[in-house]
Amino acid sequence: MITLAQLNQKMARARVVSIDGDDEISQRIMEMGVIPGVEVVYLGSALFGDPLEIELRGYRLSLRKKEAQRVSIEPLPAAGTSGA
Amino acid sequence: MSPIAQHSDTLSIALIGNPNTGKSTIFNALAGVRARTGNYPGVTVEKKVATLTVDGQRLSLIDLPGTYSLAPRSPDEMVAVDVLLGRRADTPPVQAVVCIVDASNLERNLYLVSQVLELGLPTVLALNMMDVARERGIVIQIEELEKRLGVKVVPVQANRRVGIDALKKAMAQVGEMAPPQRISPFPQAFQDEVRELEEALAAKSFAERPPRFLIERLILDTSGYLQQELLHLGEGRQEGEQEIAERLKAARARLAEAGMPVPAVEAIARYGWVSETLSGVVQRPEQVTDTFTDRLDRVLTHRVWGTLIFAALMVIVFQAVFSWAGPLMDLIDGGIGSLGEWVAAHMDEGPLQSLLVDGVIAGVGGVLVFLPQIFILFFFIGLLEDCGYMARAAFLMDRLMSWVGLSGKSFIPLLSSFACAIPGVMATRVIENRRDRLTTILVAPLMSCSARLPVYTLLIAAFVPERTVAGVFGLQGLVMVSMYFLGIITAVIVAFALKKTLLKGETPPFVMELPSYKLPSLSLWPFNWLLYPLQKRRDPEAQMGPALGTVWHRMVERGWAFIYRAGTLILAVSIVVWAALYYPHNADVSHLEDQIAELETKLESTAEGTPEFEAIEQQIASIENQIAGEYQRTSYLGRIGHAIEPVVKPLGWDWRIGSAAVASFPAREVVVATLSVIFNQSSDVDVEDEEQRGQLTAAMQDATWEGTDRPLFTLPVALSIMVFFALCAQCAATLAVIKRETNSWFWPLFTFTYMTTLAYLAAFATYQIGTMFSA
Repeated sequence: MITLAQLNQKMARARVVSIDGDDEISQRIMEMGVIPGVEVVYLGSALFGDPLEIELRGYRLSLRKKEAQRVSIEPLPAAGTSGA
Repeated sequence: MSPIAQHSDTLSIALIGNPNTGKSTIFNALAGVRARTGNYPGVTVEKKVATLTVDGQRLSLIDLPGTYSLAPRSPDEMVAVDVLLGRRADTPPVQAVVCIVDASNLERNLYLVSQVLELGLPTVLALNMMDVARERGIVIQIEELEKRLGVKVVPVQANRRVGIDALKKAMAQVGEMAPPQRISPFPQAFQDEVRELEEALAAKSFAERPPRFLIERLILDTSGYLQQELLHLGEGRQEGEQEIAERLKAARARLAEAGMPVPAVEAIARYGWVSETLSGVVQRPEQVTDTFTDRLDRVLTHRVWGTLIFAALMVIVFQAVFSWAGPLMDLIDGGIGSLGEWVAAHMDEGPLQSLLVDGVIAGVGGVLVFLPQIFILFFFIGLLEDCGYMARAAFLMDRLMSWVGLSGKSFIPLLSSFACAIPGVMATRVIENRRDRLTTILVAPLMSCSARLPVYTLLIAAFVPERTVAGVFGLQGLVMVSMYFLGIITAVIVAFALKKTLLKGETPPFVMELPSYKLPSLSLWPFNWLLYPLQKRRDPEAQMGPALGTVWHRMVERGWAFIYRAGTLILAVSIVVWAALYYPHNADVSHLEDQIAELETKLESTAEGTPEFEAIEQQIASIENQIAGEYQRTSYLGRIGHAIEPVVKPLGWDWRIGSAAVASFPAREVVVATLSVIFNQSSDVDVEDEEQRGQLTAAMQDATWEGTDRPLFTLPVALSIMVFFALCAQCAATLAVIKRETNSWFWPLFTFTYMTTLAYLAAFATYQIGTMFSA
């Protein structure tokens, strides 16, 4: 399964499929709007590739790779080619 | 007369909102200077309240901490929920809520709104940052939004004070509004579980019957915190508690079975409601525009450029802190010195004069000197926060800090502590996780602050030879740098140990919003008059900025909080140490006084301005210094020094160094003055001044163990003193601030104990190892 932690420049857009876990961390991720069906865009990462910066619901969110691994995604075609 | 004016009672209104929505700007705009801050007992949450009158209606405002969700998992997070539900005895029940949301980011902000609406309180929605939304081409149908939410919606642009009056009016009238009629966003199966649990709880005689909102939360909270908090039946009724716990488990299992696992069911239900509510109400532009934030972030959070820019920025900030603070500190220092001299000249010699001059003025002045640094640091921290860069700093530094078990949010507080631990400790408020925040607070005083510099400078110049090592590095510089590294490395070890023992727990999530960049609010009253006509020309709707922009407001608020809270403690400690150094004041100095009298007669017969005249004057000054030294050596503190000599001897110190170290517990920088007096020099030494430092240096180099001619200060002794000062908690102001921020005496005492113990052991090791090598 592909996770949010694997997003990169080439595979920048994706749709969230599921979030693992029922602890505080998963709850926090979901409260911030990362729930199944939502679209996310990879914006970049800090030094050594961690944490990640993504965009969703019109705002920017940063999370660590370890946390992003809980989020399963399906990649979407890049913005330019998706059509209306 | 308007109908509102008939209300004479105070209406209690809570302000709530996500972080980065400009909530504090709105609070300040509403409350002005009437805000009061305090603490809720038992937690580290700050309580901010204010009262104001609008159209004859008295309003009492209570500012709740910024949060993304009302899902309490700790006592700190519980405060907001308890205040909103009227469950706190120390806070009057809230009668209405103002929910502040970011208009440019409605989707995520409405998550919290959906929780607030379920509290059943009349609510006003303040739609802040309308300008940012407009810039992004976001169109919001406000009337339609009001209709769908069932609450009053007020568009606001708090940084320019647009819409504040309308918000005040809406708040004054909120008491007459019906609470919003809410249909729960949760699926039927979940609501059935809630009803069943409610009935089961009603059957048991709990001390209180939790409101529906908390019953929902009981099912949703998998951390076990709420269960522990809410379900007490008292002694001998454990099986009743057990039964409810079993019920909760079963309910969660049934929900998971039905495809609605806890806690995901909440996020899915609420975001579903948000999409429904916003559909057709908010239009975003089809073509996504490249915003200011997009362009900036491409550089500022870039893994290479972003990190480099951050490093450069920090260098500039520190440069500014030291170069701007320097002249101001000299000014304050000079002012305090002149005040002391003036008081000394206008009062009779005696205990009262000494108390005022050497106790109160010198003690409080010693802290006031650091105010420029503290205020300038608060200014930069406020600036970085207000423009949105603080979150980027945390983002860039997270990886580095996660090696120590902390998060990126601890970086700026720790960095600030290199100038002064006080703003550092106060800047930890951005860290939501209690354990991370405490760890950061407890290690912040280990960073070598600017007050340690005079100690390092004095001892290095006096006892570390000027040599180059490996051809390029000066030995003196190396020793200085290693003192800084000693603090850093110790902090890393202590933080690591704390996270493994006392503050053990799961790594908290680092799921953080990176807010949009905005121009920091730097408006300042006199300049508003100049700028206002220009702004009006650009934007006819513009109103005059607040008298004090958010950045200034925060700087003043935090700086004042420090003076106010720490001031009394510092004063008390200064007086105690003064008394210990002054009394019993019964040393036998008659032979020295006779000498002075003799010299003074000689002086009268000498022509003024001649070299002999000056020589006699110098002799008198030197004897006066000897008298002061004699009194200090025989003072209670001097005796304590004698008494503790066996304790400090393994560090290579004699009783004089011991008493100087003890005297500098309220504020470490006084050690220079204390050493100076003990070694018969004037107490007024400036270590930056070569000549003044030279005299003290010479006196220290000549000092021997009493009764022998073995030199007192050797390189290992000097190093052992520096190591002690690098690690010891010799700052009453920092401890006072830790007390304030943690709202407990335990943590400042803990800090004091662990740092002093570490300092002792490290100084001991330094001296013993140093002696081994030099022998």
